[in-house]
Amino acid sequence: MTESAPLNAAVGLASTGSAPAMRRLWRDRTGALALVVLAAIVLMVWVGPLIYPVSPSEISFDRALLPPSSAHPFGTNDLGQDQLARILSGGRISLAVGVTAMAIAITLGLLVGSLAGFYGGWIDGGLMRLTDLFLSLPQLPLVLLVIYLFGEPVRRALGPEQGVFVLVVSVIGGLNWMSVARLVRAGFLSLKYRNFVQAAVALGASPWELMRDHLLPNVVGPVTVAATLAVGNAILAESTLSFLGLGFSPDVPTWGRMLFDAQNYMEAAPHVVIFPGLAIFLTVLSINTLGDTLRDVLDPQGK
Amino acid sequence: MLTYLLKRLITAIPTLIAISMVIFAILALAPGNPLGDLAANPAITAEVRENIRRSLGLDQPLPVRYVKWSLAFLTGNMGYSLTSRAPVSELIWQRLPVTLGILGVAYGISLSLAFPLGIFSALRRHSWLDRLISTVAFAGFSLPTFFTGLLFILLFSVRLGWFPFIYSSTLSWSDWSDLGAIVRQSILPIGVLVMFQTAVLLRFIRAAVLEELPQGYVQTARAKGLPHPRVVGVHILRNALMPVVTLVALDIPTLFTGSLVTEQVFRVPGIGSLLIDSIYRGDTPVVMAIAFIYAILVVIFNLVADILYGVIDPRVRYAD
Repeated sequence: MTESAPLNAAVGLASTGSAPAMRRLWRDRTGALALVVLAAIVLMVWVGPLIYPVSPSEISFDRALLPPSSAHPFGTNDLGQDQLARILSGGRISLAVGVTAMAIAITLGLLVGSLAGFYGGWIDGGLMRLTDLFLSLPQLPLVLLVIYLFGEPVRRALGPEQGVFVLVVSVIGGLNWMSVARLVRAGFLSLKYRNFVQAAVALGASPWELMRDHLLPNVVGPVTVAATLAVGNAILAESTLSFLGLGFSPDVPTWGRMLFDAQNYMEAAPHVVIFPGLAIFLTVLSINTLGDTLRDVLDPQGK
Repeated sequence: MLTYLLKRLITAIPTLIAISMVIFAILALAPGNPLGDLAANPAITAEVRENIRRSLGLDQPLPVRYVKWSLAFLTGNMGYSLTSRAPVSELIWQRLPVTLGILGVAYGISLSLAFPLGIFSALRRHSWLDRLISTVAFAGFSLPTFFTGLLFILLFSVRLGWFPFIYSSTLSWSDWSDLGAIVRQSILPIGVLVMFQTAVLLRFIRAAVLEELPQGYVQTARAKGLPHPRVVGVHILRNALMPVVTLVALDIPTLFTGSLVTEQVFRVPGIGSLLIDSIYRGDTPVVMAIAFIYAILVVIFNLVADILYGVIDPRVRYAD
């Protein structure tokens, strides 16, 4: 990799060494703050339910819509369920949806982008037309259409919770791979005629070896940034679906679903809206900030 | 310019055909029954159901169904709603103006806010005002529209009581006394969209202007002694507009996502809330038609962006 370092700087791509990038991220104050907040959210959602062992689903009408107190730090909802416990357990699903949908989007994007960039010609033309087509699809209406038509059968086949999870994650991931595909293709195109790649070709490297050892490592930077932002987008998309009442069922308290349920009680109990909303906002804000900082850190030309 | 325009128009048609195929394929591949509740109703015998299927043309092969559906759609026949029995096109025509009106006004306001703020922010890079504007914009675009909507309702309707929080569709445009009420009830939904769109646009504009500032032609213009407003308003802005239009075009689908959610939060009777209501009611013909209408809107807006591109950049016009 010694040879490709100056080349990377020349193409504006990131170096693969993640240690210096990590250190530079820490040195950036906003980036470090975003990382800390995000880590705190993940940790709370992960171990929170162990430290705060209140049931998120226990219904009790005599403590409905209580404002925040020491017994219920985030108050209770219309069914008397503890809002903090619900935010913690719902957060697991929101974050899981975000990460899984991102993984699907990145996999698809890498596949399409590297095929198009590596082979060129009619493969490139066809795949890029497909990418353009996906970019001009009306995202949310289409997601709603798919969930409307496929929701019931998938739920019956895979169970209510897993079914919705699989459906939501694949639809969101399946509609968000386009920017990654474009990034990877552009990276491959600018790399493939460079000397180190041509040398590898002359030495008899197979297409797979070329991609694995020479091309893919050089697009890691931009793809990392896109992956970070994709998690935020997926969390927003899932929250939007749940907020419209078309995502997870009421007994799965994702943050969007909590807002959907809270709409009718806003006047009497504003806290049922504010806490789940803040949870979404803080998570997405820290992910976006992290993505933005990573872009600056991983791109030496950006400074 | 005319040939460029025609070329753009012609390339939009295959996109539309492809999108219509995608939407049709989703419906055709769906394992559920397009008849919805009708199929599950035990009072309807298998024979009658078969007759209904045949009368709707569901027994024919897929390509035939697709061609028939798209031809009918082109002539404005989008079928009938399963619940209200009204023609789908009529339902959509009633509601489309509301959606486009709110979206158009909001986008206009966003543009008129984002341009001065974005340019100012870029020119005063690293000043405290730039930091403030950039931070607010960053927060604004991380704030989901449904949460902004609920916060606006909490603050302006519940706490302050300034605006109604449910949009009333019984008011008429011809009545002068109703006009004020229509404006008043439109302020919150427009405000939500303005907040989000301004944040998005402002970031694009700021970044584009920052790209242009160190360029040689800017220094030349300054060295010639051109007045500052002319350098910024004519030289820089014209060049910065190109990447902005590109990014705006890529962002068009998000625009409609925001408008759909906002309509649902404030119960604005546009096509977005009609889509959600039809999904709740299992009204497949309406759901299909609206999904396709959104696709058409995205393609039209993309076309407008393409044309703008040609207007701004003469190279684009002559290149192809």
